[in-house]
Amino acid sequence: MDARSYCFSSLVLAFVCLTVDAYAVDPAVFEAQQKRIEVVNKVAPSVVAIFGGRGDGGGSGVLISPDGYVLTNFHVVNSAGSFMKCGLNDGVLYDAVLVSIDPTGDVAMVKLLGRDDFPYAELGDSDKVKPGDWAYAMGNPFLLATDFRPTVTYGIVSGVNRYQYPAGTFLEYTDCIQIDTSINPGNSGGPLFNDDGELIGINGRGSFEKRGRVNSGAGYAISINQIKNFMGHLRGGRVVDHATLGATVMTLHDGSVIVKNILEQSEAYRRGLRLDDEIVTFGSRSIRSTNQFKNILGIYPDGWKLPLTYRRDGRKQEIVVQLRRLHRKSEMTPGKRKRPQPRVIPRPEKPNDGEKNEGEKKEDDKKEKPKSRQIQLPGAAPAPPAKYKHMYIKKEGFANYYFNKLEQDRVLKALELMGSFSDLNGAWVFKGSTSDKRKFDLAMTDSSVGLNFNGQPAATQLLDGKDFAEKPKGSGGMLMAMHHFQLLLKHGGAKFTEFYYFGSEPLDGKGEKMDVVVSVLTGVKTRWYFDPRTNQLVGFDTTLSPDEDACEVRFQDLKEFAGRKLPSAFVVRSGGVLYNEFDVDQVVFVEGDQQAAR
Amino acid sequence: MRFATLVFLACCLLFDSPAIAQDRQTVIRDTSARVVKIFGAGGIQKLHSYCSGFLVSKQGHVVTVWSHVLDTDSLSIVLDDGRRFEAKVLGAEPQLDLAVLKVDPGIDGLELNLPCFDLKQAIDVTVGTRVMGFSNMFKVAVGDEPVSVLHGVIAARTRLSARRGAFNFPYQGPVYVVDAITNNPGAGGGVLITRSGRLIGMIGKEVRNKHSNTWINYAVPVTEIREPIEQIISGNYETQRRETDEETPGNYKPVDLGLVMVPDVIFRTPAFVDSIIADSLADKAGLMPEDLVLFVNDKLVQSVKMLATEVGALEKGDTVTMIVRRGEELVTIQMKVDIEQRN
Repeated sequence: MDARSYCFSSLVLAFVCLTVDAYAVDPAVFEAQQKRIEVVNKVAPSVVAIFGGRGDGGGSGVLISPDGYVLTNFHVVNSAGSFMKCGLNDGVLYDAVLVSIDPTGDVAMVKLLGRDDFPYAELGDSDKVKPGDWAYAMGNPFLLATDFRPTVTYGIVSGVNRYQYPAGTFLEYTDCIQIDTSINPGNSGGPLFNDDGELIGINGRGSFEKRGRVNSGAGYAISINQIKNFMGHLRGGRVVDHATLGATVMTLHDGSVIVKNILEQSEAYRRGLRLDDEIVTFGSRSIRSTNQFKNILGIYPDGWKLPLTYRRDGRKQEIVVQLRRLHRKSEMTPGKRKRPQPRVIPRPEKPNDGEKNEGEKKEDDKKEKPKSRQIQLPGAAPAPPAKYKHMYIKKEGFANYYFNKLEQDRVLKALELMGSFSDLNGAWVFKGSTSDKRKFDLAMTDSSVGLNFNGQPAATQLLDGKDFAEKPKGSGGMLMAMHHFQLLLKHGGAKFTEFYYFGSEPLDGKGEKMDVVVSVLTGVKTRWYFDPRTNQLVGFDTTLSPDEDACEVRFQDLKEFAGRKLPSAFVVRSGGVLYNEFDVDQVVFVEGDQQAAR
Repeated sequence: MRFATLVFLACCLLFDSPAIAQDRQTVIRDTSARVVKIFGAGGIQKLHSYCSGFLVSKQGHVVTVWSHVLDTDSLSIVLDDGRRFEAKVLGAEPQLDLAVLKVDPGIDGLELNLPCFDLKQAIDVTVGTRVMGFSNMFKVAVGDEPVSVLHGVIAARTRLSARRGAFNFPYQGPVYVVDAITNNPGAGGGVLITRSGRLIGMIGKEVRNKHSNTWINYAVPVTEIREPIEQIISGNYETQRRETDEETPGNYKPVDLGLVMVPDVIFRTPAFVDSIIADSLADKAGLMPEDLVLFVNDKLVQSVKMLATEVGALEKGDTVTMIVRRGEELVTIQMKVDIEQRN
């Protein structure tokens, strides 16, 4: 070895030493690994493997409360029956009952039974999720885990605020999270966690094309913030609906979004929105594409009130509109619905009828689901477990009315706190003054409601079942609204033809969420708002007919009148305009005599 | 010497170690701004009308894969912030599966000052390098949405023996194979970058492994196509081998399938069927005289010459799908080529 080559060799050696040193694993790598292990250990107990009542099918879910409420996909529970079997990573198989479904958003709620100390996942804030964030998907892909311990896949967020077209109007994925985390058959309904182990979404869909129905690098999760908007609705056992503005939009070449169609019956139209108006913001987010508009619309339940800014002739106008329901009731009735099947993640095949059926499976994919296998199973769905049988009540419009009753009972405790009104059969008279310095008295009997200003009759609503005019004018129907208020206090839900817990939403589009109860009687619909924090009725909206502005009554603090609690003052608005403010000085309950109202 | 190479490679790895990597969110944001969504021809049958591309100049030169999507007069390019431009194909090299587009600023002489990659900064990386892929796969993004980002590792640097439909994959150089599912519909023309944001490769169009029939996830190293890109932009690029006729395997002529085409009289004679030989494959499959052949498999056929090329590349046992225009309707014809090849 001559001097030159020696020199070269030592240089190389020096380099190699350096390199080897640098190859020593960075402690940060071990830390990251340790953190992943901790996250997985923390959240794995909350992951649920869902099976149909016959032990067939399969999907995933996640526990979100210690008393056993579970989120999953609608398309997982769609044919699973009312009672299911769910496995947790402790290896125990629990009974579970269907709570509610949201076919449009592909979400369903199930309740695990038998414990009140279930491990559960913490909800994160999916608005904070960014492309590049790590994301863990957990569930039971390909039904691999016979002991129910979830499979973990790990990847990154590929995109946020994604829009994925529905099949018809069902299974629409709006504002969803796109991930490269591997999502496969059986992952449906399972949780997507962020790096801190917080629940940020429910996995339900993927882009599949020629590579077959397995992970193709693009999975989609319903954002947890969308589900939060529906949380009250879902707990109420309903078939939950999404919303429409009553107007459709299109994107112009310059990127502006304009109103393409608008229903004249819609509230948006009544608030002044017209064809060709440019939508500037919606739900406090700026709008630069049709997909963005649909993204925002898709994350809210019907009935929600959202601010909307539009521009016409260079001038901006802000309005608040209440969203209308997207579907007719009949479209949402289970059984009458055509089964929607877009590119959701299919149920996994049972492992033992694997590859030999390859050709047959392809055929099935094109058509409906491979239902034949389910039909061949002996007998219909097994009888529900005897001790939980009472937890399922069938009723049209509800996935399980039992849970609606639970929520009604919880919310209506607020009425008990106001006192007993059931034996007050005489006239009720509210007396006081209005904000425009007039004396008022409002008298309610079983046959009519009358309002006097300064002793002069201002309006009378007859309760003969024929008089549905707006009384007084400009109030949206305050007299009818007060009559319904009286019915609620006296009889609870008993006198209404429909009475159910609706869900929860911010009052007038702002602030904390209120519980909403809906009553209907002879076409007059009232939404009752209860504050879950103070356990008080805070107001109600009464609509005389579906396409008219509601009479919005908002209560001030309750005060004691004749041994019962009633509002010390109330404000009446309609169509965004104040009708009047009523300060109540006195409430008189006339004994027995129905005619005293005048 | 092998030792020295190893050392060099190790250094390359070190260069992209996480310790010096930029903040990932910043890298993703910067890269998303340089990757564009391209919308063009297609939309018929299973031919998608979209692909991806990346900006390589402030004036709006966009590099993408050569495909049927570009075969239109109205190509549009949409940036991550929603800005939309019309674009023209400046030059293409089908042998490299490469095309360069130029956006139209709308107003002559308008400085666009678009965010872009510096081709000179593109690097070669080794197996094991952690990478991110950006593309508009499945057309998930439209308007002002950034494209999709995936993460993975370079699994191999190799040459592909691949097929696209019934045709051989034209690109003969080395590619990076990645473990992420980067090559989805519409992903062609996207980029592969290191975690610190250095440009590595252009995601290719979907191809299948010729031997295993599995889909491959790969990218063409930018260092391999940098020179032709620069030449196309500067206007002094000469197509490498355009004599495609000689390159065509020539396994079949249209007449072998029973197709008698109209005489090839002009530069681009439309591929009209003159007559059909009775009892031939074409006859049995339902082709008719006066049909205009538009697509053979996924390839747009613009002339009688191109039809001959496409038919020449078929192999025995292939199933060929033709889309023809018959009067006002589009008709899809399928036939299995079960006759002997010429050679």
